[in-house]
Amino acid sequence: MTNAISDIEQAEVILVTGSNTTEMHPVIAACIKRAVRRNHARLIVVDPRKIGLTFYAERWLRPRPGTDVAWINSIMHVILRDGLENKPFIAERTEGFDALGPLLAAYSPERVQKMTGIKSQDIEHAAHMYARASRATILYAMGITQHTSGTDNVKALANLAMLCGHVGVPGAGVNPLRGQNNVQGACDMGALPDVFSGYQPVADEVTRTRMAQAWGVEELPQRPGKTLMEIMEGAGSGDIRALFIMGENPMLSDPDLHHVASCLGHLEFLVVQDIFLTETAKLADVVLPGASFAEKDGTFTNTERRAQRVRQAIPPIQGCRPDWKILCDLASRLGVPMSYETPRAVMDEIASVTPSYAGISYRRIGKKGIQWPCLATDHPGTPYLHKGRFARGKGRFHPVDYAPPPEVPDTDYPLYLSTGRVLYHWHTGTMTRRTRGLVECAPECEVEISPKDADIHDIRDGDPVQITSRRGRITAKARITEKAVPGMIFVPFHFAEAAVNELTLRDVDPVAKIPGIKVCAVKLQKAG
Amino acid sequence: MAKTISLTINGKRITTVPGTTILMAARQVGIRIPTLCYHPRLSATGSCRVCMVEVRGRPTLMPSCTTTVEDGMEVVTANDRVLEARRLIVQLLLASGNHNCLTCQSNGACELQKLAYDLGIEALAFPARSSGYPRDDSNAMIERDPDKCILCSRCVRACQEVQVNEVLDFGYRGRRSKIVTAWDLPYAESDCVFCGECVSVCPTGALTEKQAKFQGRPWELKKVRTTCPYCGTGCQLDLNVRDGRVVKVTSDTLHGPPNYGSLCVKGRFGYDFIHHPDRLTAPLVRHKEGFRKASWDEALDLVASRFSQIKQSYGADALAGLSSARCTNEENYLFQKLMRTAIGTNNIDHCARL
Repeated sequence: MTNAISDIEQAEVILVTGSNTTEMHPVIAACIKRAVRRNHARLIVVDPRKIGLTFYAERWLRPRPGTDVAWINSIMHVILRDGLENKPFIAERTEGFDALGPLLAAYSPERVQKMTGIKSQDIEHAAHMYARASRATILYAMGITQHTSGTDNVKALANLAMLCGHVGVPGAGVNPLRGQNNVQGACDMGALPDVFSGYQPVADEVTRTRMAQAWGVEELPQRPGKTLMEIMEGAGSGDIRALFIMGENPMLSDPDLHHVASCLGHLEFLVVQDIFLTETAKLADVVLPGASFAEKDGTFTNTERRAQRVRQAIPPIQGCRPDWKILCDLASRLGVPMSYETPRAVMDEIASVTPSYAGISYRRIGKKGIQWPCLATDHPGTPYLHKGRFARGKGRFHPVDYAPPPEVPDTDYPLYLSTGRVLYHWHTGTMTRRTRGLVECAPECEVEISPKDADIHDIRDGDPVQITSRRGRITAKARITEKAVPGMIFVPFHFAEAAVNELTLRDVDPVAKIPGIKVCAVKLQKAG
Repeated sequence: MAKTISLTINGKRITTVPGTTILMAARQVGIRIPTLCYHPRLSATGSCRVCMVEVRGRPTLMPSCTTTVEDGMEVVTANDRVLEARRLIVQLLLASGNHNCLTCQSNGACELQKLAYDLGIEALAFPARSSGYPRDDSNAMIERDPDKCILCSRCVRACQEVQVNEVLDFGYRGRRSKIVTAWDLPYAESDCVFCGECVSVCPTGALTEKQAKFQGRPWELKKVRTTCPYCGTGCQLDLNVRDGRVVKVTSDTLHGPPNYGSLCVKGRFGYDFIHHPDRLTAPLVRHKEGFRKASWDEALDLVASRFSQIKQSYGADALAGLSSARCTNEENYLFQKLMRTAIGTNNIDHCARL
């Protein structure tokens, strides 16, 4: 997030898109709801589903899945047409604005209504709300990014925020709500193929030399590595022979599972480190039992870039080892001795090689956490980014055109399928499906179907239904609900016995390599 | 309007800003006024009357949580008149319902119990009468006992104002009054999403974590402050530990950002997995169609030797690692360091894209 979570309650207008916040980030959703109910903030929700937040929204805009660039461009079209852009901000803080106008000309609300299904007057209304606000924030999540146009979607949102100057001030910003507890931290720490910790590029020789020196090795590989989806493909093609997976379950979370299984099957050697024998661990040659968050010390960095402490509450379950210790043991066996006494010592090393974490230590994190960038031990941390100046100097507009998703409904597969999570479960369910209260609330996979589609397919609430795509078929229970809109069904991906990722597409965004899981075409029928 | 206001509380001279309540002004100088329905995160309703104080010149006692300070005000927080009134209120609360402290989950953490103690109440002045409403244990997470409810409305306000779930409200009238969901349904059948905000603000044992029942008294539990393992919000919570087991999760407004004591159903109730019998407890090595248990040394040696062999045969880029957005920063840092140094490849990623 460019801004802090607490900033949400300072906003005058809140635009939420591609985030089912009340189920995925319930505590952040409470901030949004308080902003609306207590501070009279005005909420715009743009989402194909009638999610919980629509109840609190002044306007709910319902785009067809995968049409985000079109509606965002159209909002900007209206803003420019009506002269609502923030001219001083554009002049002083940005570059590349001139290219934006000509591109946006084609995105009139009337035309975009046809492309997206959003009523033109709703686009106009939202544009005026957002542009006229003194402080407006954009919140988004995987509903924006998990598309083959994911990068473009985010660029379009950034363009919108810059166009109105809603960046670099409290109560504003472009704010991705990160999914996993420490997905921000994993990225910050360089668990990525092209960067070391703090996003320092591996391709940069000076950085590489400095890191090699800090780590006491002669040299470090200079060519950026493969991304997750490329690693899977590589396993299938034989480029990758051995894979080490720590705390992930691609056999349920990744798109097109039949393909994933076949790729993993080609490996010569698979090591999985986890706390349960997951669907992925079952395929492994060696399984290493790690420890849960309750059994170890460390830090997580949250979606607002706040590094916070994880504190050991109980000893590791008999036989398990904290993951950091396993990694140290393994590295030492591979000839690079790692002998950290504690995770605190690891954090001290992180701070010494990572400029954005340079001022972060366990002592400073204390009980309130600290938001990076934190450049020195006397730096207070950064509640919001781009204050007075963008990280790169001037904010650059990146005009983007709409491109339809790779697969849309047709006569054979007439419905959109979208996937995600439900309130009561987490990701592949390894933890939550072993928790009694949560299982009681959501015992099985339910397909959300609109009453209209249920009628068409002669399906009653609770019926088992079969969902088929070009890649696979699953059976799950029908839940007929107004939350679903006609022409689209929604299936959560927590459930191994109805693994919706058997149906999804593995086409990726060309830049971010994120798979376009949120959209594909399926057909529906009553099962057996 | 004056920028500051001067008043005395128990003879002590205090200067504060307009709009401050007597309760806040007293707290600013360390004078404790007992409260029950008051909660720092919720609107003040002045309904329980426990925080009543005497204000010179006013005919009645005034609730300090809703009465704002005025210039020249003279406040007395604990004279005979005030204490008698407080005792009567607490006596009436004790008589409403069935406050059986003996095995109550909140024994030792109950604000009503503490008030009775502080006010020196040794015996009930009025016969206790049960509400007649049954306990709601319709779900595995939250237990509601109307017989321990004092209708302070903290749960209602927490549900309405903090989580804005708008599930709870008052139902019925007079001594039939009850905190209800819509249509007075049990939690499990209502719109409740089990965030547990109501439990966290309940001053008595009316709302408790069901699974923590009989797992430990408040004073037997060690609280360990940590960060929630679910979504990216990073809520601060306390693992409540007894004998090496996590038996409950609680939260505290005073923990501050990002959640100021709020949690969701997963953060508050999603901890069973820690001690689940399915937990892996030994390294496993593939053996025929299944696995066999192995020692740590054997498993790690095997991994190291196979990784080395494959690196030797096909080069370092034939190996790859998927790190974890569930693990700590330190572990992710070590993972990429291991892959880049000990293996010699940049083939590292994690589920950021999923």
